[in-house]
Amino acid sequence: MKAIHPYKIPWFEVIVSALGSLVILFIVAPLINMVLAASFADITQAARDVEVVQSVKLTITAAFCATVVSAFAGIPLAYLLARKNFPGRSLVLAIIDLPIIIPHSAAGIALLTVIGRQSFLGRTLGTGLTGTAAGISIAMAFVSLPYLVNGARQAFVSVPKRLENVARTLGASPSYTFFTISLPLARRGIIGGMILMWARGISEFGAVIIIAYHPMTTPVMVFQRFNDFGLSYARSVAVLLLMICVGLFAVLRFVSNVKSENQTNA
Amino acid sequence: MLELCSISKTLGQFSVSNLSAEISDGEYFVLLGPSGAGKSVLVDIIAGLMKPDKGRVLWNGRDVTCEKPESRGFAVVYQDYALFPHLTVRHNIIYGPKAVGISLKERDTRLTSLAEMLGIEHLLSRRPETLSGGEQQRVALARALIIQPKLLLLDEPLSALDINTRLKLRKDLKRISQQLNISVLHVTHDTEEAMVLADRIGVMLQGTIRQSESPIDLFRRPSDPEIAAFLGMKNILPITRYQEGICLVCRKHIYASSANRSSAYMWIKPEEIVISKNAFDSSARNQFKCKVMEIERLNSVLSVRLVSDELPLTALITYESFSALQIQVGAEAYATFKSSAVHCF
Repeated sequence: MKAIHPYKIPWFEVIVSALGSLVILFIVAPLINMVLAASFADITQAARDVEVVQSVKLTITAAFCATVVSAFAGIPLAYLLARKNFPGRSLVLAIIDLPIIIPHSAAGIALLTVIGRQSFLGRTLGTGLTGTAAGISIAMAFVSLPYLVNGARQAFVSVPKRLENVARTLGASPSYTFFTISLPLARRGIIGGMILMWARGISEFGAVIIIAYHPMTTPVMVFQRFNDFGLSYARSVAVLLLMICVGLFAVLRFVSNVKSENQTNA
Repeated sequence: MLELCSISKTLGQFSVSNLSAEISDGEYFVLLGPSGAGKSVLVDIIAGLMKPDKGRVLWNGRDVTCEKPESRGFAVVYQDYALFPHLTVRHNIIYGPKAVGISLKERDTRLTSLAEMLGIEHLLSRRPETLSGGEQQRVALARALIIQPKLLLLDEPLSALDINTRLKLRKDLKRISQQLNISVLHVTHDTEEAMVLADRIGVMLQGTIRQSESPIDLFRRPSDPEIAAFLGMKNILPITRYQEGICLVCRKHIYASSANRSSAYMWIKPEEIVISKNAFDSSARNQFKCKVMEIERLNSVLSVRLVSDELPLTALITYESFSALQIQVGAEAYATFKSSAVHCF
């Protein structure tokens, strides 16, 4: 007897899902492998190592400072790019994406010419910012700023212009409108951009190592331990940083989502 | 008083060209026009959200063309309500007074009286997305009125609402505008809405106001056949000659009691044309032998298109009359109408 509705294999869905799974596997497999290979004892030992703890603290704080300071100028710039059409706008957009395109070691060299000992700034101050936490922050900001600006720009684009217009006709000044309408409505996207920038800052290696080998950020430490002591020493530090970051960002995402939900549903 | 002096603006496919108009204090002015006529562009220009390419906007004789929207005091209500989604109804409404630093006490007084006037007291702690379309529009209206605007701009405020809500809100708009004696510019494409609300209607076609008149005068004397057609008039015909109550139209003589020497066009209400299979004697002065060209079903009636030589006529008949008459496309029929059914302009 013939089936009334013969089952047909949905080939398109099957192929798309298979290819998608490959991508996910490609990202997840090395990370899981690394975590599994590191023993719990190694990780706890790394967590008790003062040098490691200090470097994790430094990395997280330096990237955080870079993000917060950048946000003060980056968010207004994002708003400008989302709302205004001005000559040279596409050039500005391209400039913002530059740090993503150029090799980060090259970015570090470029920064050296501005904040290094031999730079104008360095000679004026008597010392450059190389080898300082401030220098590390600047290197992190340089390479991760595009994530903040682009994220915030997208968020502002998604706020209907009409809402800002209505606010203006009700008597609100441009700045009052920005702080009471545009910013709260774009908040979720902006926080997303900031989290991404912070994460990118934490993981930066190329530009940071050129600006500051010491004090040592965790990515630099992973590299140094790998060079000096081998894979297992580097791995435990890498896993520790990975765990801290994943935990931190999961909490942040959760908190910002809950807050946004509350804001729209309360 | 608001004066628009020769305003021109081109924005993509929308354009306003050389538009002039005046709105007196306390007047309810309806700008009536089809979509794409540039009505919303004009609203944005008046509100200060857009600059005209040419022309000026005057308020009580003072040029406000370059003034910022926040210093004009013209509030806008849009078709899509444009409520702030992250604020409660209460905070939506008091947004304007808060922005300009009006005292908490004064804000609350105004809020209470407006909420009562619009029947939205019970919604104040809700979020906009939990409200129906009608409720959202009432909130948007309260938010605009609370700043005590010099001019209220309404951009198709009823178009997104279902028919019952629309009729109810339409009544409320009329009542509130009279109660507050506020100047209103209301933009719509709905002729009936314009008739009900307006002190004066400006018909906007192809980016300019072609006629501004009180609703009654506008319907009595549309200034050209295009406006007449937009107002929903049917059987619009040019008068070639007039003599003693008789007009020569499409080579036929039509008796028209309202005609005079200055009449250029006439229109005949389709409901007032009687269709019969045979000629009959009656007091109606106009009767023409016609051929039935087309029969079209409408909501509650049928539209019958007839031609008598060169004279085209459209009549409306009920389904009952249609089945009793049993007329068909291509058949002969008589169209009869009184001379008083002919309106000349």
